[in-house]
Amino acid sequence: MTREEYHAICDKRFGEEVYDKLRDSRVAVAGLGGLGSHIAVMLARSCIGTLHLIDFDVVDISNLNRQEYYVSHIGRPKTECMREKLLEINPFLNIITNQVKVTEDNLKELFQKESIVCEAFDRADQKAMLVNGLLAAFPDIQVISGSGMAGYGDANEITTKKLFSNFYQCGDGVTDSQNVGLMAPRVSICAGHQANKVLQLILDK
Amino acid sequence: MKVNGEIVSIQENCSLGEYLKKHGFQTGRIAVERNGEIVPKAQYETCMLSDADTLEIVHFVGGG
Repeated sequence: MTREEYHAICDKRFGEEVYDKLRDSRVAVAGLGGLGSHIAVMLARSCIGTLHLIDFDVVDISNLNRQEYYVSHIGRPKTECMREKLLEINPFLNIITNQVKVTEDNLKELFQKESIVCEAFDRADQKAMLVNGLLAAFPDIQVISGSGMAGYGDANEITTKKLFSNFYQCGDGVTDSQNVGLMAPRVSICAGHQANKVLQLILDK
Repeated sequence: MKVNGEIVSIQENCSLGEYLKKHGFQTGRIAVERNGEIVPKAQYETCMLSDADTLEIVHFVGGG
């Protein structure tokens, strides 16, 4: 498959104007677990030109029930596995990775070039730290967060809401990993909401 | 004052930090927008609320 063949197909699939906008855009995904691994795959398939992937962790056996990894990935950094996987989907992407834990101290440096960030962390306090830090440091940044997608309850409870001027929250807002178990379908649905909001922000600008 | 779309009454000289504590919010798991701007956590105690304020309080749950 040549670059020209790939571009020609995407021009047809998306329309030239849409494809150009997607290729020219850049999105960061913070966390490559159940949410982030699915978001990254969907954004790669959507031809987002530059993807910035951030995660500190390595793939574990316990990730296989709901994250986009394989047995062959176990023990390897999620950033590295995801880069390989995304380039198999779309070899013409520009992928930037940081295998690092995001903190209040490194947040400004890590996200200084971003205009759209998907928050895809696991722990509630980490989600809050990232969202607070990004919105305070970068007044024009758009943040799309995932909150409440555990269990196997009604999938229609998962929605996208604009809660602040530059902040969207996807999920049911309630179910956490402590009481209802972690299942693949609802986390994928929530990731789909986040990825779809990314496309809206890029294409409806 | 308006909080998440609902009109609420507040005591005089109440800080955002006091309001959040009184209403049971875990400050480590929320984000607050006041009149369209994010309030950094470090300013919760010094941010004094007024009847004219509009607050949006977002609460995060784990998983992802």
